[in-house]
Amino acid sequence: MGELRLMKGNEALAEAAIRAGVDGYFGYPITPQSEVIEYLMAEKPFDRTGMIVLQAESEVASINMLYGGGGTGKKVMTSSSSPGISLMQEGLSYMAGAEIPCVVANVVRGGPGLGDIQPAQSDYFQSVKGGGHGDYRLPVLAPASVQEMSDFVPLSFDLAFKYRTPVLIVADGLIGQMMEKVELFDPVPRLTDEEVIERYPWATNGKPKGQERRILTSLHLDPYKLEKHNMLLQEKYRKLEAEEVRFEMIDCETADYIIIAYGSSARIAQKSIQLAGEEGIKVGLLRPISLWPFPKQPIDDLVKKGVKGFLAVEMSAGQMVEDVRLTVRERTKVEHFGRYGGVIHSPEEVLEALKNQLIGG
Amino acid sequence: MPELTLQDIIKPENQVYVKTKLMTDNTLSYCPGCGHGTAHRLIMEVIEELGRENETIGIAPVGCSVLAYEFLNVDMQEAAHGRAPAVATAIKRLWPGKTVFSYQGDGDLAAIGTSETIHVCNRGEQIVMIFINNGIYGMTGGQMAPTTLPNMKTSTSPFGREVLTMGNPLKMTELVAQLPGTYYVTRQAVHTPSAVRKSKRAIRKAFQNQLDGIPGVSFVEIVSNCNSGWKMTPTDSNVWMEENMFPFYELGDLKVNGEIVPKK
Ligand SMILES: Cc1ncc(C[n+]2csc(CCOP(=O)(O)OP(=O)(O)O)c2C)c(N)n1
Ligand code: SF4
Repeated sequence: MGELRLMKGNEALAEAAIRAGVDGYFGYPITPQSEVIEYLMAEKPFDRTGMIVLQAESEVASINMLYGGGGTGKKVMTSSSSPGISLMQEGLSYMAGAEIPCVVANVVRGGPGLGDIQPAQSDYFQSVKGGGHGDYRLPVLAPASVQEMSDFVPLSFDLAFKYRTPVLIVADGLIGQMMEKVELFDPVPRLTDEEVIERYPWATNGKPKGQERRILTSLHLDPYKLEKHNMLLQEKYRKLEAEEVRFEMIDCETADYIIIAYGSSARIAQKSIQLAGEEGIKVGLLRPISLWPFPKQPIDDLVKKGVKGFLAVEMSAGQMVEDVRLTVRERTKVEHFGRYGGVIHSPEEVLEALKNQLIGG
Repeated sequence: MPELTLQDIIKPENQVYVKTKLMTDNTLSYCPGCGHGTAHRLIMEVIEELGRENETIGIAPVGCSVLAYEFLNVDMQEAAHGRAPAVATAIKRLWPGKTVFSYQGDGDLAAIGTSETIHVCNRGEQIVMIFINNGIYGMTGGQMAPTTLPNMKTSTSPFGREVLTMGNPLKMTELVAQLPGTYYVTRQAVHTPSAVRKSKRAIRKAFQNQLDGIPGVSFVEIVSNCNSGWKMTPTDSNVWMEENMFPFYELGDLKVNGEIVPKK
């Protein structure tokens, strides 16, 4: 059993970064995730593990520090919230193009624009459809507990290095701010410089004697070369879709109706399916853990099993629901419910919506 | 005296100039007469002479020198427009023992990347920044840059840069010299053999500072021509540069060993 602590989600993410052997964190304060950099500065991981923590001058700088740092083959990470993540999109696109690993956590708040500082899930499109310019996708993990805020840090780094890609952790203000019990994993040491050089032959480290030099770039001026490069990226995305889908199912075997929800909405929906059960309505919960690649197969299986309808519950005006519809292809009913702009729906509201939109409607 | 054969001439001891092996054999993508190529060569010569060829990471910008990595034969990362100093920051912090340099044009360093430039120079990152100031956006076809001189014609100031509406040319090098995080700040040129020699000394000093572990940025501006963007022959552009650029962008050291050099 690992060490147990009562922590905020943001703090758990920060502690996990130290324990996962991260080499560098570069960030810029924004509510509701400033605790991440505050925690790291207070913990002084530099003295403990040699991890670098730097407050950058902007999110644009942070993400480009990740471009440089990730390019060296070291583990680098940043966190921010919606407006800051918007600023990072050019950098993320460059990193997808140059195939540079890093982890970026988005503790989503209400938008558009400056919006508010309350929890929201309205950055789904930006997260799963690429976000920046060009044909690319990023693996996206959605924690639904403080525990997962910790656990998804090492998992994200595994994916980032396995596939040489930025990985997004998309939480929301509720997961970031709430306190829960968390079992922390045992710290792993940072890789030594020699290990980094040996493991990542693509990374820039000054071209040690006898090795070819490395060039990290997203530029391919010849369109045929760029097309070829894009094809290789697409191959990588197909592999991710085949091998890295993650989801959780609760009470789906016997359910007539399915709620699909991630993050905080999944926590709320868990209560809703319990309330439904008390009224004799059989509702199951499908929780996407990887928002991209999206769990299409389990949805398809449920359609084939004959469920009577899906309710996508998200704290947005309806974003993930589009991916559910693409999978269901009108074979059964798909509806959306969610409060948004930083308003959190109650379990009762969700059940009401399910009754009105799926059963009554 | 016996006559020299071709084989004699190319004997190593008879060669007056040998290209550094840290320049690749790729054909330079620059316009004939452009200063970028000379600046490239000087940096690579210095890195070779300092014995840092297996210890150096460079960062290319977006601009005419976006393909610098095709020519500079060391590990390279190509940064987004303006962000090379941020990229360099992380690389140097994560590989403190390596030599790290950024190479940027004036649009890259002094317009879109102003924030990164100022903050890197203010934090005092231990890197070398090479700044090629040609007073124009070369790559995108000769638009006005922050460094474009008053009344200078460019494709976005076709009647000349009107300071009242288009703003003043920005002396970024004077600005960063004022910041506590810069250790060595100098302005050089590469249009004549003597300017090239001075530039090389400056570049060597900049890299030596980093090698000596002195905290702070070593910042080398090279005022250079853009004969294509200025729509002149290479020779005319160098004359024009001497007559117009140098009076505004005065050559020489601005800060040495962390101390501002008083104006003559
Ligand atoms: C975000 C972004 N904005 C604009 C551009 C287009 N762009 C490419 S190079 C450049 C200006 C380059 O000028 P400078 O830095 O002076 O370098 P030079 O080409 O003169 O060497 C611009 C505006 C871009 N690539 N990316
Ligand atoms: S456009 Fe100007 S800066 Fe670019 S290569 Fe040609 S002369 Fe040099």
